[in-house]
Amino acid sequence: MQHKVIDTKEVVVRFTGDSGDGMQLTGTLFADASAIYGNDISTFPDFPAEIRAPQGTVSGVSGFQVNIGSGEICTPGDFCDVLVAMNPAALKANAQWTKPTASIILDSDTFDEKGIIKAGFKTMDPITELNIQDRNIIFAPISSMTKESLKDSGLDPKAILRSKNMFTLGICYYMFNRPMESTFKYLENKFRKKANLIAPNKKVLQDGYNYAGNIHAIANTYTIQPAKQAKGIYRNINGNQATAWGLLAASEKSGRPLFCGSYPITPATSILEELALRKDLNAKTLQCEDEIAGICTAIGAAYAGNFAVTTTSGPGFSLKSEALGLAMITELPLVVVNVQRGGPSTGIPTKTEQTDLNQALYGRNGECPIAVIAAHSPSHCFDAAFYAGKYAMEHMMPVILLTEGFLGNGSEPWKIPSMKDYPDINPPIITESQETPFWPYKRDDVRLARRWALPGTVGLEHRVGGLEKNNNGSVSCDPLVHERMVAERAEKVARLANFIPEQSVIGEEKGEVLVVGWGGTFGHLYTAVKELQSEGKKVSLAHFDYIFPLPKNTAEVFKNFNKIIVCELNSGQFADYLKAKHQQFKYYQYNKVQGQPFIIKEIVDAVNAIL
Amino acid sequence: MKYTPQDFKSNQEVKWCPGCGDHAILASVQRAMPDICEALNYTKERFVFVSGIGCSSRFPYYMNTYGFHGIHGRASVIATGVKVANPTLTVWQITGDGDALAIGGNHFIHAIRRNIDINIILFNNQIYGLTKGQYSPTSKLGMITKTSPYGTVEHPFNPGALILGARGTFFARSIDVELKLTQDIMVASAKHDGTAVTEILVNCIIFNDKTHAVVTDKENRADRTIVLKHGEPMIFGKERDKGLILDGMKIKVVKIGENGITEKDLLVHDAEEENPGLHSVLIDMKYPEFPIALGVIRAVKDKTYDDNVRDQVIDVREHAKIHNMDELLHSGATWEVK
Repeated sequence: MQHKVIDTKEVVVRFTGDSGDGMQLTGTLFADASAIYGNDISTFPDFPAEIRAPQGTVSGVSGFQVNIGSGEICTPGDFCDVLVAMNPAALKANAQWTKPTASIILDSDTFDEKGIIKAGFKTMDPITELNIQDRNIIFAPISSMTKESLKDSGLDPKAILRSKNMFTLGICYYMFNRPMESTFKYLENKFRKKANLIAPNKKVLQDGYNYAGNIHAIANTYTIQPAKQAKGIYRNINGNQATAWGLLAASEKSGRPLFCGSYPITPATSILEELALRKDLNAKTLQCEDEIAGICTAIGAAYAGNFAVTTTSGPGFSLKSEALGLAMITELPLVVVNVQRGGPSTGIPTKTEQTDLNQALYGRNGECPIAVIAAHSPSHCFDAAFYAGKYAMEHMMPVILLTEGFLGNGSEPWKIPSMKDYPDINPPIITESQETPFWPYKRDDVRLARRWALPGTVGLEHRVGGLEKNNNGSVSCDPLVHERMVAERAEKVARLANFIPEQSVIGEEKGEVLVVGWGGTFGHLYTAVKELQSEGKKVSLAHFDYIFPLPKNTAEVFKNFNKIIVCELNSGQFADYLKAKHQQFKYYQYNKVQGQPFIIKEIVDAVNAIL
Repeated sequence: MKYTPQDFKSNQEVKWCPGCGDHAILASVQRAMPDICEALNYTKERFVFVSGIGCSSRFPYYMNTYGFHGIHGRASVIATGVKVANPTLTVWQITGDGDALAIGGNHFIHAIRRNIDINIILFNNQIYGLTKGQYSPTSKLGMITKTSPYGTVEHPFNPGALILGARGTFFARSIDVELKLTQDIMVASAKHDGTAVTEILVNCIIFNDKTHAVVTDKENRADRTIVLKHGEPMIFGKERDKGLILDGMKIKVVKIGENGITEKDLLVHDAEEENPGLHSVLIDMKYPEFPIALGVIRAVKDKTYDDNVRDQVIDVREHAKIHNMDELLHSGATWEVK
């Protein structure tokens, strides 16, 4: 077989196997090695809701896709160039995501009669049955080679077989000419307390690499030159880690200790886990008995003067609704993070969606407007969380930060920012007042924010609560007082528009079609719009980070285009919202509610259809 | 400067029904505050009163301290957040039988399990008052209310038993009209490190009048209740002639002087005993077989949640390699693009 080294700009690799096969780790290590090598990357973990679904079945297949390139990479890619499938079920579930030219690496040891039947194939020839004969199929005896490699390692048979993902990773490192140092370092660190596991893991990785080089079955190997990135120090970061760190950054800049009250929920849990590590930065986390306790402990902490946050996903966000109203009427700073997942109810908890926008905007009793901010990429979660914290504390109000499972779990290289480039956060804390007794709901003229008088401050004793009150803090159900307070609270949120950045446009500011998006679809919409622009089409992108209030220039941006198409991973929630806020425009829509990200081609097709 | 109860009265008009037991509790708490400040060297601005929803939960408005009137059932968690955020505050939760034991039951037991250093005053009138007369989790089996017109078919909670079940470290009981007793218990509660729960039997004059009257009526109170004091023999009765002894695994009421019983034979109250066995028996005592137990029934030492948090933060920060955001951002695997 002719061996070809393909110098390419972009390669998509998809690792798939049983949820116990370690594919998430394999994918992550491969992505990290590529990023450190200098490629731009974007990752997308796609796993089942069950921790260990029945082995060998399609429902138990876990996948991790990574797109690596020498140019700008904004999405994990639609279809893959290389598919690794550790068993027949993984092949069955993922063959549809391979390009016609793809290479498919299979663990031939799992392709026995039992495995093929379990995966639900009708014949004993899965390749023909899936009609993928023309792909470059590589049957590698990964399980038996791993056993052979580690037979003298002293490990028990179970542990040996668990290492087959490292053998697979070795094959991929050969195919893509990746350096292995970063993975060696990872193994040394991970097993520093179980030193007997370091050498076997390194060996099996190396053996996989050598095996790939020896068999000559791998027709193509790839080189992907390092991307031309701006100078600086980089790291990989996923969205949940970036969210946690953005919140910590807001804590540092405000001088307010961070308090996070939360309850574990997929796919938001790792924010709580990340914050729990950060006692070194004086962050306190309280894993509560439920979601309501999560937000209510945060509200108590905010009253006592901490920068309070609670983190959750859709169903948990529903449980917090009543308390969100309490935070709103007591006018306390609070950031509520909703890492959206497929709903309603438990829905498809490990899959991504943008279906909680309506809930964020409207899901409370009474007149209860709350600011909504959305993150648009894994690393942008850092800035989004930072500014959510800044606005919450400076404007004395809760702020909802929407991210998505796709962002929370996805990762990308990130040029590490310097904290000196971030603004200070100045919450309106007071230590004395001119009124006696103190008026807790007196406002400043610019933001309409009330003052933050912390318990423990002499002379500022006051009561807050869920009952309607007059500005002096006394309970009131006077009709006019209520109407005025409702209006003041709404105006306070509306005035945030004076502080957020104006909406920017990617591409020409005038044109035929404006693609409008928000949140985690940015990478796909951006790539699609760039593609259309390169074909000379007059298409631009306006991607919204600030949902409520909308940027002040929104109508100015919209009016310069003949057509507007709103693309989102729901049935049209942002489009409906825009229809209500800016009725003078006609909005086309492209919607998808499959628990999966967009693919670039469908956006391109949708835009072409109205051009 | 010693505070007076007046210092703790807010300018808000007290809006409970005339004759409601809550007035007496408010007075007791306001009288206890100067004692607490003196005993623990506290100043007024360190007090935070947190409540949920219900008649009793209006309480924070009447205290001239920091206060938070929360939402139904969530007072324990709001109070927990306040305490964890600033452990130097002294946090008091005001709650009722519906607020703490129905809608807020989960938060209530978890606050106790964590042993967070807050003081919980549980106003138990065995009825929903603010919604005008529905049965509560402490209403007696068979009680007729608006939502149980044929009598309830539910067994009530005994709050003290629930607290022991959650490994509570402090439980006391009082009666609304026993102002001095409540005042003394408040001081004991403040001195206790950990979740301190005081159940106060309250009369709701409108919807559940005289619910506790059989034990709380003035003429019978001394014979039908026993005020427990740590280190003292368990004596009660108008004539101080009755006592409690242990008979096998059970408690028995005896008359001093009869059948050769002397004061020396009586049980001596040990609130600080960790084993909850006898505390459980005392908490369960019901009229007419027994007097009901008042006073500090249990007060044992254990690590508090807020102490553990503080110790952990100090420990981690002492050995920390990361001291600020810039260091965190550069921690782990990084690479340079030149």
